[in-house]
Amino acid sequence: MLIQIKNLIKTYQRHDGAINAIDNLSLDIPKGSFVTITGVSGSGKTTLLLILGGLLRPTSGKMVYNGNVLNLHNEDQLASFRSNHVGFVMQSFALIPYLTAAENIMIALNVKNSDRAKNRIRAIELLEWVGLHDRTSHYPKELSAGQQQRVAIARALANDPDLLLADEPTGNLDPGLSEEILGILKEINQNHKTTVVMVTHSPMAAEYGSIKIKLENGKLHDQQTHVNIE
Amino acid sequence: MWPCRLCEIIGIDIVIFLVMRLTDLTLKELWHRKSQLVSGLLAITLGIGVIVGIRTISVVSEKAVAVNLDNLGANILVLPQAVSVDNYYTADIDAPTFPESYVEKVVTSTLSGVDNMSPKLTRRTKVGNENIVLTGILPKSEIASKPLWQKGGLKGKVNASCAPKPGAQPAKYLDAKLQRKGIENLAGYDCFIGSAVANRLKVKENGTLTIQNKTFTIVKILPETGTVDDDRVFANLHTVQALLGTGEQISAIEIMGCCSAINDGLLSKLRNILPDTRITTIGQIVSTQIENNRLMNKISLIFLIIILFVGSISIGNYIWANVNERRKEIGILRMIGYHKRHVYYILVLKAVIMGLVGGIAGFIVGTFSAIWLGPQFAGIEVSPIYLLLLYSVAISIIISIIGSVIPAYMAGKIEPFSNMQED
Repeated sequence: MLIQIKNLIKTYQRHDGAINAIDNLSLDIPKGSFVTITGVSGSGKTTLLLILGGLLRPTSGKMVYNGNVLNLHNEDQLASFRSNHVGFVMQSFALIPYLTAAENIMIALNVKNSDRAKNRIRAIELLEWVGLHDRTSHYPKELSAGQQQRVAIARALANDPDLLLADEPTGNLDPGLSEEILGILKEINQNHKTTVVMVTHSPMAAEYGSIKIKLENGKLHDQQTHVNIE
Repeated sequence: MWPCRLCEIIGIDIVIFLVMRLTDLTLKELWHRKSQLVSGLLAITLGIGVIVGIRTISVVSEKAVAVNLDNLGANILVLPQAVSVDNYYTADIDAPTFPESYVEKVVTSTLSGVDNMSPKLTRRTKVGNENIVLTGILPKSEIASKPLWQKGGLKGKVNASCAPKPGAQPAKYLDAKLQRKGIENLAGYDCFIGSAVANRLKVKENGTLTIQNKTFTIVKILPETGTVDDDRVFANLHTVQALLGTGEQISAIEIMGCCSAINDGLLSKLRNILPDTRITTIGQIVSTQIENNRLMNKISLIFLIIILFVGSISIGNYIWANVNERRKEIGILRMIGYHKRHVYYILVLKAVIMGLVGGIAGFIVGTFSAIWLGPQFAGIEVSPIYLLLLYSVAISIIISIIGSVIPAYMAGKIEPFSNMQED
């Protein structure tokens, strides 16, 4: 297993009382799987994704990553975990506006390696891989939405992550571009053996998952496994 | 993974990363928001500019005062306690006396800032029917830079040690190279006489003059100065003491004191050494300028304190606004694995760069303002003081760092998922 979460609880304090966004959830995510998480708004799917990526600390529970218990309350350890093991693809692309496409990828590479020349070559390779070899010096505002999402995917792959987390990656894209992006994610999963966990509202996108999870009120409502995962 | 556990412990990779990469990121962000940078720098630039302007004018003005004092020769007068000091130049005439050994008291003290001392004994007397003022001086102690001796061609220049050459920094109190040539030769019965006395007595150089039955040789008739010195006859102090029967008494000591030492309390120190004397300066001549300088120094200090507050708040405000504007961006950096310390570094580095630019810009603004306004308001020609550039940059950077601490700390609290929150 790549990830095992046990008895995970995430409680938000609100003016009208406490709400469990994740309510005593236990889940196993095998290596190399393509997991899609669906559910209505407020079902806890994005909260779960944030916890899986070490972006949000749960209220209680345990997370085992590759056999090691992750200290979910140590910020430095979580930051290192993110830079070494996780790639993120967000609905809003999450690109820095004053950096070019190549530089947006290099900032992720720079965390681990300070060799500017090597990082630039790697960034250009990744941009070529997502079909943007002629857009390396373009700023995000000079790119279409689909191109920006491809840059974001290239950045997510920069440090060869074991786990790629995608939060509504097609939410801002038209159907044609959505399929293109989902195709890239599928390719990453199948060719690079990278585990992909994708949160989506789209039934069409959810069909890409080998494991389909549906959350309701922070609990596992339904889980379907469609293919055997090694 | 970290390159090695040891590197992680001692932070080598982080240091390399910080220096080489976060600087790039900071510079790119600054350039991206350069119009905001200009407005953010305005307060600190103007503040530093005001301090540099005032300080430049006051420093140049202090030098001008020093030069003025130097040109006047002696600038401190030691008189007996009871004497009136209505007129600096005539105060010693017919004054009560005090022991000549007072000179030794000052000489043997550890007092610094006294460049030269000239003991005098002055009395009114008559030559025939003409009234004259007879002044006994010690030739080698007499202050050679006095305009009287300068004009008379009797001796060359003696600089007060604090009087700087144009463009040079003031020297320390006691300058070993000080030329103490003074009036080298004034034999027992030689005398110099003022031009007014020479006219009235109708005497010439190398002639003789009889004072109280003693005959003096006129070595030099001094040129007209327009002061009481024109009515004086100068003779050897010890001869005059014997002639007047005063013993080893004198009526005044003229002192060439270093002007900066005077500002630092030389007079009160002298009063401690010579408690039963009255010690005064020619402060009335330069007091306005000295007061102006003191005022400007106080103003620049007040401005420094104000700019420390206003500048820090201004920079803090700017960085805080910048942090709020960059919440998503900081969230992105944290999401991809940047640590809190990287965020601190980015913001503090930005503040340091702003401080550097603000300090240099402030120095330029202040210096050009001083060069333009100095002649109009202070009546002095102002030239740049490049040392102030260092102070400007240092103060500006310190202000910027102080201002950035709280916003940087708050930025560190931005959650790594902040980029997911919609505008």
